Amino acid sequence: MEPITGAEILVRCLHEEGVDCMFGYPGGAVLHIYDALYAQEKIKHVLVRHEQAAVHAAEGYARASGKTGVVLVTSGPGVTNAVTGIADAYMDSIPLVIFSGQVPTALIGNDAFQEVDAVGITRPCVKHNFLVRDIKNLAETVKKAFYIASTGRPGPVLIDLPKDITIGKAEFHYPKKIKLRSYNPTIKGHAGQIRKAVDLVMSAKKPMIYTGGGVILSDGSTELVELTQLLGYPITHTLMGLGAYPATDRQFIGMLGMHGTYEANMAMHHCDVLIAIGARFDDRVTGKIEKFCPEAKIVHIDIDPSSISKNVQVDIPIVGSVPNVLRAMISVIRDEKLKPDTKALEHWWRQIDEWRAIKSLSYRQSDEVIKPQYVIEKLYQVTEGKAIITSDVGQHQMWAAQYYHFDRPRQWINSGGLGTMGFGLPAAMGAKLAFPDQDVACVTGDGSIQMMLQELSTMKQYYTPVKIVNLNNGYLGMVRQWQEFFYQKRYSMTYMEALPIFVMLAEAYGHVGMRIEKPGDVEGALREAFAMKDRTVFLDFITDQSENVFPMIPSGGGQNEMLLAERDEMVSTHEEGMVLV
Amino acid sequence: MNNSDNSNRHMISILMENEAGALSRVANLFSARGYNIESLTVAPTDDPTLSRLTLVTSGNEQIIEQIVKQLNKLIDVVKLIDLSETDSIERELMLVKTKAVGEQRAEMMRLSEIFGGHILDVTESTYTIELTGPGGKLDNFLNAVEKDAILEVVRSGATGIARGQKALHV
Ligand SMILES: Cc1cc2nc3c(=O)[nH]c(=O)nc-3n(C[C@H](O)[C@H](O)[C@H](O)COP(=O)(O)OP(=O)(O)OC[C@H]3O[C@@H](n4cnc5c(N)ncnc54)[C@H](O)[C@@H]3O)c2cc1C
Ligand SMILES: Cc1ncc(C[n+]2csc(CCOP(=O)(O)OP(=O)(O)O)c2C)c(N)n1
Ligand SMILES: [Mg+2]
Repeated sequence: MEPITGAEILVRCLHEEGVDCMFGYPGGAVLHIYDALYAQEKIKHVLVRHEQAAVHAAEGYARASGKTGVVLVTSGPGVTNAVTGIADAYMDSIPLVIFSGQVPTALIGNDAFQEVDAVGITRPCVKHNFLVRDIKNLAETVKKAFYIASTGRPGPVLIDLPKDITIGKAEFHYPKKIKLRSYNPTIKGHAGQIRKAVDLVMSAKKPMIYTGGGVILSDGSTELVELTQLLGYPITHTLMGLGAYPATDRQFIGMLGMHGTYEANMAMHHCDVLIAIGARFDDRVTGKIEKFCPEAKIVHIDIDPSSISKNVQVDIPIVGSVPNVLRAMISVIRDEKLKPDTKALEHWWRQIDEWRAIKSLSYRQSDEVIKPQYVIEKLYQVTEGKAIITSDVGQHQMWAAQYYHFDRPRQWINSGGLGTMGFGLPAAMGAKLAFPDQDVACVTGDGSIQMMLQELSTMKQYYTPVKIVNLNNGYLGMVRQWQEFFYQKRYSMTYMEALPIFVMLAEAYGHVGMRIEKPGDVEGALREAFAMKDRTVFLDFITDQSENVFPMIPSGGGQNEMLLAERDEMVSTHEEGMVLV
Repeated sequence: MNNSDNSNRHMISILMENEAGALSRVANLFSARGYNIESLTVAPTDDPTLSRLTLVTSGNEQIIEQIVKQLNKLIDVVKLIDLSETDSIERELMLVKTKAVGEQRAEMMRLSEIFGGHILDVTESTYTIELTGPGGKLDNFLNAVEKDAILEVVRSGATGIARGQKALHV
């Protein structure tokens, strides 16, 4: 076999992995790789305008499609710019492989031009990383990276490539399979534990199913729906889990947690058996740990043992992958013709429906000023609930989660763990590249959109027509809300003075801009925008500046201590809760 | 977390891929998650592709459980054992340089003998003593020697191995 350059080896590896799309930005250390990319056509390379956007776009692509996202950045500032994106993918367990250029092996450690210790800087926020020191290991390292990123609990893997490695030559052999003695995720659940779990689940009088991102990541939605309907139990999702079970079905009682529905949080608080599936008991979900599900026995299914009993001690842990474990549970229930306690369940549903009747997501409509919730409701109607929705971070994110009812997995794409403002726009671009025929909308805010605005240029170049729904409240609204409640309305640095004219900005980048100020114009504008199939449209909705996200469990509160819209006196948060974010 | 409570002291022994950076992954994990490290020793094994790392840490049951899970989660970790959960042998090496002048010379030699030490180096005014044993025994030696006499102390950190037929290998 002819020896080829390291850069060519890398490109061949990507072909072997079936990569059809990648995101990146060139620079000195990766010029050889870019030259090798120039000579091929199988991979579409998207030139972003900032490396952070490359990672978010790859995340959008991966979150929408389930495939591994691929990123290429240069050494030094290229890789430091990418770090926020990498941390974001790490927190939400998104499979990515990131290639970073590095100074030549001989110069490493010399403070060479554009040298940073990429492996050191990213170590705390990757699933794993590699520095390739010998071209002979290059292909195998790439194989390992894709394998590690996409299996078990997924996550980002970085490969640092010194420039001399990309220039040197070697024969290309791509391993068909890889086995790592030190890495063997458990997929199949322990039969004994599954047995115990089924017994507990069937004995429940006030059951609750609580699921998270793990169901989406593992494509376990089919099994989840089957089990949930077989049992007839109520189900709630975390912010990361939305879409796993159809939101329009009666058994779905809404999102739980800080901004979850009244019924979901109350049912959590009062349940006697909790079935946690691919969720990690985040502090935005549990509220005060001592007050979390005080009456419940807990089953927890997760592929990562370290997620289990990390924050909340559970009674029956099952390490394994969601689809496998749920299938095994369904088999036991079906084979043994087990039936839930219908009488108790009827009683429980009656209670839940009482909580539901409170309508915790109701808000006061206005004729004068656009309510942000109303925009999302209309967005839902106009897209017939079918669009892929990406989101930035803030109040608008919560409203999108609450008022767009996601019926299928991978339809809702947002930054949950790191909460990265700026995520939404590049993620929408990535999702659109994965599914060019689907409507993609990015719900954003006046603060967030300005963190990745430059990507409007990339979107022009690569023709990714998405609809940008800007809920423009003139504030860093989510922060303003906390200042209103917990800092006696001292609005320190949350007012966004001197906002740009977004319509003109959109036009400057070659897109369509619309400014909507009246409630009566909301629906028409959305219809008009979505009718322009081939254009990116920036919809700047001027919304109520003082609107807050409800319900809300103030940090440090229990799940049953929710604030409801305009019903509760705003109480100051618990002292100890003030340290939480 | 309680550093001083010895009942919560755990010695964890780890087999890792002998890769550059493997040690920093462990060290990083402990600082990033706020776990205690009392000591950490590392060296290659008879199999040059593997390193063996022994660390002593402390914490309540829940913290130790997380530490073990988080360590196992590191891709480079092949296997590990919490030696405190089994019958095990702990050893640490200590080198101590002491003053040895006049009456001190005989006294120091006697102490060293009691603790099973060896005097490795002698000058007209100092001894350099080698001692091995569980950490507690080395502490006892230091307590037995009068403070002023100690010039320098070097400890290797604890290493350990399980008793009986149980063996940590790949
Ligand atoms: C402004 C803001 C407000 C927020 N408010 C809320 C809120 O009100 N409610 C809320 O829920 N969240 C909220 N969040 C999000 C929150 O911060 C967390 O990101 C989220 O709760 C975590 O979701 P999760 O538990 O589903 O875990 P994820 O981060 O999605 O983790 C997935 C879990 O599944 C496991 N897993 C992965 N693959 C598999 C597999 N194959 N099989 C089994 N298990 C697997 C993983 O090991 C992990 O434990 C908010 C975030 C922001 C930015
Ligand atoms: C990069 C980054 N910086 C700071 C924050 C803290 N933060 C969370 S929400 C928010 C305000 C977001 O404002 P905007 O995008 O206008 O959304 P709104 O809440 O007004 O809907 C801020 C500053 C963050 N999440 N990410
Ligand atoms: Mg805003």
